[in-house]
Amino acid sequence: MIPATHILAVGAALFCLGLFALLSRRNAVAVFMGIELMLNAANLNFVAFNQARPEALDGQVAAVFVIMLAAAEFAVALALILSLHQMFHCVHLDEADEMKG
Amino acid sequence: MEWVDTHLWTIPLMPLLGVLVHIFLGGTLGKKLVGILACLLVFISFGLSVVVLLRLLELPAEERHLLDNFLPWIRVGAFSADWAFRADTLSAVMLLVVTGVGFLIHVYSTGYMHDDPKYIRFFAYLNLFTFSMLVLVLASNVFLMFIGWEGVGLCSYLLIGFWFHDLNNATAGMKAFIVNRVGDWSFLCGVLLLFWSLGKYTGTYTVDFYEINRLAPELPAGIALAVGLLLFGGAAGKSAQIPLYVWLPDAMAGPTPVSALIHAATMVTAGVYMIARFSGLYLSAPDAMMVVATVGALTALFSATIALAQNDIKKVLAYSTVSQLGYMFLGVGVGAFSAGIFHLMTHAFFKGLLFLGAGSVIHGLHGEQDLRRMGALKSKMPWTWLTFMAAWLAIAGFPGLSGFFSKDEILWQAFSSEHGHWALWLVGFIAAGLTAFYMTRLVVMTFYGESRWPEHAHPHESPRNMTVPLAVLAVLCVIGGYVGVPAILHGANYFEHWMEPAVTWAAGHGGAEAAEHAAELGSHGLEALLMAASVGVALLGIGIGWWMYSRRRDIPEAAFQRWPNLYRWVLNKYYVDELYQWLVVDNLLRLTRLSGRFDLAVIDGAVNGSAWLTERVSAISGWIDNTFVDGAVNGVAEVTRAAGGRLRLIQTGRVQQYLTFAAAMVAIGVAGIILWPSIQPWLAELWSGAI
Amino acid sequence: MLTATNILSWITFTPLIGAALILLLPGRKVKAIRGVAVLATALSLLFSLVLLSRFDNAGRGITEFQFVAQRDWIQAFSIQYYMGIDGLSLPLVILTTLLSFLCIFASFGIERWVKAYMALFLLLETGMLGVFCSLDLFLFYVFWEVMLLPMYFLIGIWGGPRREYAAIKFFLYTLLGSVLMLLGILALYFASEPHTFNLPQLILTSSQWSGNLIWVPYFWKIVFVLFFIGFAIKVPIFPFHTWLPDAHVEAPTAVSVILAGVLLKMGTYGILRVNYPLFPEAAHWFAYPFLITLGVINIVYGSLCAMAQTDLKKLVAYSSIGHMGFCLIGMAAMTSQGFHGAVLQMWNHGLITGQLFLLVGVVYDRAHHRDLDGFGGLAAAMPIYAGMVSLAFMASLGLPGLAGFVSEALCFLGAWPVFPASTALSVSGVVLGAAYFLWAFQRVFLGPLNPKYEKISEINGRELFTLAPLALLTVLIGVYPMPILNWMTATLNHLQEILGVAGRGM
Repeated sequence: MIPATHILAVGAALFCLGLFALLSRRNAVAVFMGIELMLNAANLNFVAFNQARPEALDGQVAAVFVIMLAAAEFAVALALILSLHQMFHCVHLDEADEMKG
Repeated sequence: MEWVDTHLWTIPLMPLLGVLVHIFLGGTLGKKLVGILACLLVFISFGLSVVVLLRLLELPAEERHLLDNFLPWIRVGAFSADWAFRADTLSAVMLLVVTGVGFLIHVYSTGYMHDDPKYIRFFAYLNLFTFSMLVLVLASNVFLMFIGWEGVGLCSYLLIGFWFHDLNNATAGMKAFIVNRVGDWSFLCGVLLLFWSLGKYTGTYTVDFYEINRLAPELPAGIALAVGLLLFGGAAGKSAQIPLYVWLPDAMAGPTPVSALIHAATMVTAGVYMIARFSGLYLSAPDAMMVVATVGALTALFSATIALAQNDIKKVLAYSTVSQLGYMFLGVGVGAFSAGIFHLMTHAFFKGLLFLGAGSVIHGLHGEQDLRRMGALKSKMPWTWLTFMAAWLAIAGFPGLSGFFSKDEILWQAFSSEHGHWALWLVGFIAAGLTAFYMTRLVVMTFYGESRWPEHAHPHESPRNMTVPLAVLAVLCVIGGYVGVPAILHGANYFEHWMEPAVTWAAGHGGAEAAEHAAELGSHGLEALLMAASVGVALLGIGIGWWMYSRRRDIPEAAFQRWPNLYRWVLNKYYVDELYQWLVVDNLLRLTRLSGRFDLAVIDGAVNGSAWLTERVSAISGWIDNTFVDGAVNGVAEVTRAAGGRLRLIQTGRVQQYLTFAAAMVAIGVAGIILWPSIQPWLAELWSGAI
Repeated sequence: MLTATNILSWITFTPLIGAALILLLPGRKVKAIRGVAVLATALSLLFSLVLLSRFDNAGRGITEFQFVAQRDWIQAFSIQYYMGIDGLSLPLVILTTLLSFLCIFASFGIERWVKAYMALFLLLETGMLGVFCSLDLFLFYVFWEVMLLPMYFLIGIWGGPRREYAAIKFFLYTLLGSVLMLLGILALYFASEPHTFNLPQLILTSSQWSGNLIWVPYFWKIVFVLFFIGFAIKVPIFPFHTWLPDAHVEAPTAVSVILAGVLLKMGTYGILRVNYPLFPEAAHWFAYPFLITLGVINIVYGSLCAMAQTDLKKLVAYSSIGHMGFCLIGMAAMTSQGFHGAVLQMWNHGLITGQLFLLVGVVYDRAHHRDLDGFGGLAAAMPIYAGMVSLAFMASLGLPGLAGFVSEALCFLGAWPVFPASTALSVSGVVLGAAYFLWAFQRVFLGPLNPKYEKISEINGRELFTLAPLALLTVLIGVYPMPILNWMTATLNHLQEILGVAGRGM
């Protein structure tokens, strides 16, 4: 049996990678992929923690829930990206600084 | 007959029905039906009054009163005034006069008012008047009487101002009402004082006339006197006595039947009736009676002198009415209540007739009222002339006619009664001579001598429905006095005995005791002497008047020229109206204007001033606010804005930058949480000052 | 549907429901709006008649009420929704519903913003009824203010040329009064043990309070005066009366009717409902010499001012001041007759002055002015109208046989044994009343017809419909006032007991 700490370590790494992508990439699609990475890192943690209480399925249920949420979020994000493209004719996040103070 | 005991209310109901029908259905019924209905209803009332009379005659003398209490009116605490009618011997006389003479005048009016566009309204008012007058005379308590009392005042107002398109008529109506109200002020105060004093001193709270008269002797003399005087103030207003007589001559502005009905026969006598109603009270306040008698006598003389010089036929009659009312007050004031009421009744006959006759003359001359443009109407208007003669002789006191008996009775009582005085008699005696004189002047100037009316006038006799009432009244004028032939003329003086139950009280009784008093005084001889004197003065007055105005017209002319000022004073009624105008009306108007201005300038000024002050203060505080308070606020805003200017720089609009900050913060936070256990002791030492 | 506990709420809030319905209707549907307004006021009137039929004349009132509705409202301050009536408020509730119903018809002439007008009017009615029914001082105050606001708008928007001045004057003046009253209410609240706004409870327990605030010197007199000024402004009592002529003159007809017919009564009602039972000792201290003097001044001064007016409506307004003076002298005497007279005078004044204002409105609608000297001879052109006016004038100047006399006579009767001289002076009001009314009548209706008004149209059916019930009641009460007097007898006797003058005038 793989110890939970290993899985958690993978999860943490995955989360950091996702965060890095989120913060550093200019392309909105890539940023979005970063978010997906972070969500899945969290999923990994849920599943890992579920090991501690195998009789309760709540960790796994949470993971399924997150996957479903990610799917929904994916649709919204794609719509956002599309309308971003319509407005700025590119999907670079730096260009979209309308809210600059 | 007993039916009437509980149906006294039907008597005033009849004319009231008439009022309602005339107002709501008058237009549909048409003139003719309205006239017939109005007369018919009053005639039914007359019939019912006769039934009351017969019913009273059935009863033994001391039980002659019927009380019909059919509806509570106002009952609060100790106070209770009901819709309760009482028919006793006094009100029976009044009932007959009001409905009887009233009926005749209604009939007369169908002719007199025939062409008036407001014919229906006239009869509505006339019926309303009859209703009010019947309530007045039937009321068993003073508050209910006040309904009638004011009701007749209202009708008087409406009828004086009946032809209101002339503002003078309207003003005369207003004057009548307001002067009456001055009297009512006094009257109401008297009633209030009476009610509470009776309660206080006798323990009985009542407004019922019989109760009041029964209990009056228990009142302290001062209070009885005050009540008597205050009530007399009301009577003076209603019955046109000094000092409130001024409205009555002006009231002649109304149609002549109104003058006959309201301002001669019935309404103006309400004051006399009221005093007779309160006979028990007055008998226990002899000083008040003295005042009543004195005022009555003075009014009789005073207005008789004014009547000497008037040229308007109705004005002469008006002052004559004031004068005759003075006689009635003289009568009731010396305790001769039955004599006063007797004169009231005969006066209703002859003065009603005089007014109706004058109306007939005016009608025949197409509205002419000035005596100087009349004359020689005897042949043109024979019926009017004949009936007028009867009334003239009656009022002048010609022996054997109604006025003679009643006037003589009053004069005799004024002399002989224990409340009387020879001076009162003397004043009345002189007034009697003057009355005979000015009435003769009136008759001569109207019916005799040369015609002074314009050629095209064509005077004509009045129609049948006007002359028949004249004839009936003339008959009453002639025979009406025989119900009260005094003992000295071997009469039974039936009238006095009839009245006795209504005016006899524990405090003494009106009328009858005078005879005993006279017996003490000595003699029938004295009475006969005085009677002869008054007959003499009447004949003298008639004779001089006749001689002067038919033969020697130059004498009055010469007299006027000799004493122009005196003549002017009398002609202008001693300038009493002007005096009142100057003394009361002008000052009152000044006071009202002053109040109005005071209200605007001072009271409202204070309000507006405080508003202005508030506005000023708020302006100042507004300036302070703008400069200082707002300055502080604006300062804060400035600072905030400047700070915002700096801080905006960090708002780049780039999502990733924000995220970076957020992540960094989270990282710092996480680090903090992890490191906290190791930092915390150090911080604690720092806090406690250990380092 | 109507039970003993909810009938008062139905009466009070039916107009409010009507107002809400009107707000839902589109503004151009004038007929529907009027219909709803008529319906709401008619229902309220109907309910109040049901109330009357179930009312028990023997109920003692003042501290023991009928048709009580009691619910907690704001528990933290023990404020309750507490309604109930007795013989003192019953006549006024009926008067309010009746006058409101008739005034809706009188308002049909309003063309501008009918929706807002009717909604405000109905709100006003709810406020007035609430004042007469509420027994919790806080609730009382709320209703008192609820009524103030619509009044302000009704005068300020639909009024005459100086409407803004008049509305603001009315509003500020009345607000001043209600602020003082609020102070008084709070003082009572904090003085009471336990703290309460419940009026009957305050009356019953006030003698046992010991602690809070009672130590303030003259506490009772101060609180009495606070309340009194609040009410005096409403009556209005000299010298707080000058808002009245302005407000009356500028207000539209129906609003004048409500103003004179109902609002003025709140002042006298408040004195009898709050001041007298709560502060019996202060009441005795105040009645003589203050209240009686103010009453006499109101009568004489009000009448003199009325005579000085040239504006018909202003004249009627000043006559109101005089007529409310009769209430005051009746109240000051604290006799049975005085109290009955005062309460009946409130009723009668509502009826009669309501008629007067409606009648002034009739001629104003036709001639567009009210200058007494600008008419002349109208009786020839408008005989029915002149007849109605003379009836109302006669009733107002106290002609026996009409309503005004009964109450005036009772006030005089009641006041005489306590203050004979002042009463004698007040009776002069009957002379002055006759003088200014007849003079006004003469200037408007008599004399030769002013050629300008030869074609003036006679009073129409709608106007007659609004006047006829009032005129009929005026005659009926004048002839047979006993039913109304019977409503109040038990309550007023109880009030006398509380004041310690039981049996005065009995």
